[in-house]
Amino acid sequence: MNVSPLIALTMARIREFTREPGAVFWTFGFPLLITVALGIAFRDQGPPRQAVAVVEGPRAAELAAALKDDPLLLVETLPADVAATRLRAAAVLLTIDGGGDVSAPVVYRFDPGRPEARGARRAVDDRLQARAGRRNALSTRDETAVARGGRYVDWMVPGLLGMQLLSGALWGTAWNIVNARQRRLLKRLAATPMSRGHYLLSYRLAGLLFVPLQVVVLFLFARFTFGVHVQGSLLAVFALSLFGSWSFAGLGLLCAARAQNSETANGLVNLVTLPMFILCGVFFSSGRFPGFVQPLIRFLPLSAFNEALRHVVNDGASLASQGVPLLILLGWGLVSATVALRLFRWT
Amino acid sequence: MEAAIRLQGLVKQYDDVTAVAGLDLEVRRGECFGLLGPNGAGKTTTVEIMEGLTVPTAGLVEVLGLRWDRNGDELRARIGVTLQETKLFEKLTVEETLRLFRTFYDAKRARDVETVLREMQLGEKRKAWVQKLSGGQRQRLAVALGVMGDPDILFLDEPTTGLDPQSRRALWDTISALRARGKTVVLTTHYMDEAEFLCDRVAVVDHGKLIALGSPAQLIDDIGGHHLVELSTDVPLLPEAVRDVAGVRSARAAADGLALSIGEPHVALPALFTRLGERGAKPTRLVSRAATLDDVFLSLTGRTLRED
Repeated sequence: MNVSPLIALTMARIREFTREPGAVFWTFGFPLLITVALGIAFRDQGPPRQAVAVVEGPRAAELAAALKDDPLLLVETLPADVAATRLRAAAVLLTIDGGGDVSAPVVYRFDPGRPEARGARRAVDDRLQARAGRRNALSTRDETAVARGGRYVDWMVPGLLGMQLLSGALWGTAWNIVNARQRRLLKRLAATPMSRGHYLLSYRLAGLLFVPLQVVVLFLFARFTFGVHVQGSLLAVFALSLFGSWSFAGLGLLCAARAQNSETANGLVNLVTLPMFILCGVFFSSGRFPGFVQPLIRFLPLSAFNEALRHVVNDGASLASQGVPLLILLGWGLVSATVALRLFRWT
Repeated sequence: MEAAIRLQGLVKQYDDVTAVAGLDLEVRRGECFGLLGPNGAGKTTTVEIMEGLTVPTAGLVEVLGLRWDRNGDELRARIGVTLQETKLFEKLTVEETLRLFRTFYDAKRARDVETVLREMQLGEKRKAWVQKLSGGQRQRLAVALGVMGDPDILFLDEPTTGLDPQSRRALWDTISALRARGKTVVLTTHYMDEAEFLCDRVAVVDHGKLIALGSPAQLIDDIGGHHLVELSTDVPLLPEAVRDVAGVRSARAAADGLALSIGEPHVALPALFTRLGERGAKPTRLVSRAATLDDVFLSLTGRTLRED
C-alpha cells in the first residue's frame, strides 16, 4: 500500500480541515447566514409602500382621506415641525402641506435627488388631482411581468458563491501555508525528499474537493428558502465554480509566498478580497461605479467569475458563450501561480 | 573511510550578524557528534547548513561525499532531520503523521511505521492528535519522523530542550540505540551532561568559532584534571599558598575562596589538609566533584554555558 505523496498530502489537508469546526463553519455555515440575512432584508413584500406625511392644518383631514386608500402610500398626519424633522431624516419621502384655506396651493416638499421621492410626489399628485376632478384623457391598462431570475435575491446568490469561493481559496491557501511557515513545518518538510510541488498542489486539490459541496449547499438552500432557480446547466455551474476556485487559489499562493507570520497573511488576504467584495458586484451592481473604472473592474477575477456565473444561473447561458470572463480567470490563475512559485520561500 | 560530513572555512553572514565565522569540522561515519555552545553560538545555523536548509555565505560543505547545490534530492533522501521545536500537523494523529512522512521516502528504504512506533515508544499514542501530545512525546515523534527514511545521518537540534528529566532520559536511550545501530548522529545542545552521555566527540563553539574539539573525556583532561575542589577557609588564602601542593594542577581565586583543579583526589586532598594546617587555616567549606564539560567551557571562555 504505497500511497502517492500527493494523495497523502491532500488527505492530510482534508483531515486538518474537517477536524477544525471553525473552518467548516466559515466555509459552509457563514455563507448561508449571509444569504438568509440579505434574503430577509431584500425579500419581496409586494411593491414597497412609500411613507408620506400630511402637515396638520385645516385641510389635513381632507388630504389624508384622499390618500389613505392608495396601496402604494403610507400616510401619516403630523405637526409641521415633526414632519420637517422626519423629512430631513428621510423617514418620510414627502410632506404635503394644504396651507391655511382652499385657495392656497398644496405644497409638496421633497428632495428631487431621491428618485423614490419624485415617484411619491407623482403618486400623491395624481391621487389629489383625481379627487379634485381631473379625468384621464387616455385610456390605459397595466399588466404585471415578473421575470424569473430577475429578483434581487436571484441576482445576489451567484455573487455570494463567488465571494465564498474567493475567500475560501485565499484563506484556505494563504493562511494555512503561512501558518506552516511560521511554525517551521514548511522548513521541516523542505528537509525531506518530498516534492515541493506536491505540497502546494495538495492545497489546490483539497480546496477543489470542497467546491461542489459548497455549490450544492448554497444553491439548495437558496432554492428552498427563496425559490432561486438555476436557469442554465448545473454541470456548467459546477465546472465554472471549480475553475474559478482554481484561479482564485493562485492569488492565495501569491499572498502566502513570502509572508512570515499569519498577521501579515491576514492583512494581504484582506487587501485582496475586501476591495473585490465591494467592486465586483457581490452585494450591489458594480454598474454603480463611474464608467471609466468599469473596464478595470470587469478585469478583476471576481467580476469575471460573477459575470459568467450570473449569465449561467440567471439567464441560462452556456459556458461556451462566456469566453471573455473565462479567459480573464485563466490569466489570473496562471500568472498569479507562476509569480507565486518564483517568490515562494520554504524557510 | 570518507567522512560523513566535512566543513571547510564555513561562514554565514546575516545582514549585520556573523553567525558562523570560519568553521572547519569533520564528522566521522558512525559516530555521535555534538555541537556544543551557549545560545547564539551559531550551532543551529551550522546544523541547518549541513541539512541543506541554509545556504552558507562561504566555505565548503560536503555531506556523505555529496554537495547540496548538486545532489540536493539524493541528500534529502539520505538524511533525517529534527528541527528545534518543530510544530507538526496539529490535527493529525501520530500514526497519520508517520504514514504521511513515509510516503516522501523511497518505499524500499522507508522504515515500517509499526517498528518505528515501537522503537520510539509511541504505540499507545498512535491514535492521539499531535496537539494532545506532551513535550516529550512530541519530541519522540519528531525523532521518529527523522528516522522514517532510515537515514545515514540523523540531525537533532536541541532534542531535549524544555523536557522534564524523565523524558530527557528516555530520549537519550532512544538516541543511544540509533547510534548503536551504526547511524551517524549530529546533535546540538547546550546541556553538557547530554553531550557527555551521548557524544563520542564534541565541538565546542562560541561566537561562530570552534574553540575546542575532542571526546568529552579528552576535553576535560585538557583543562588539567578530572576533579575540581572548591575551598573556603576561615583565614583567607591566596592561590599561591596551595599551588605547589602535590597533585594540585592549578589554583585560582573564586568568589568565596579558592577553586583548584586536581589530578588524583587521594593524593591531593591529604596534602592539601597538611598545607592548611601549616598555614593555620581551617576549611569552612570544601566541595570536591568530577569536572564536567561545563568546566571546560568556563575555563575556555570565562563564561558559563547558560549565560546569554
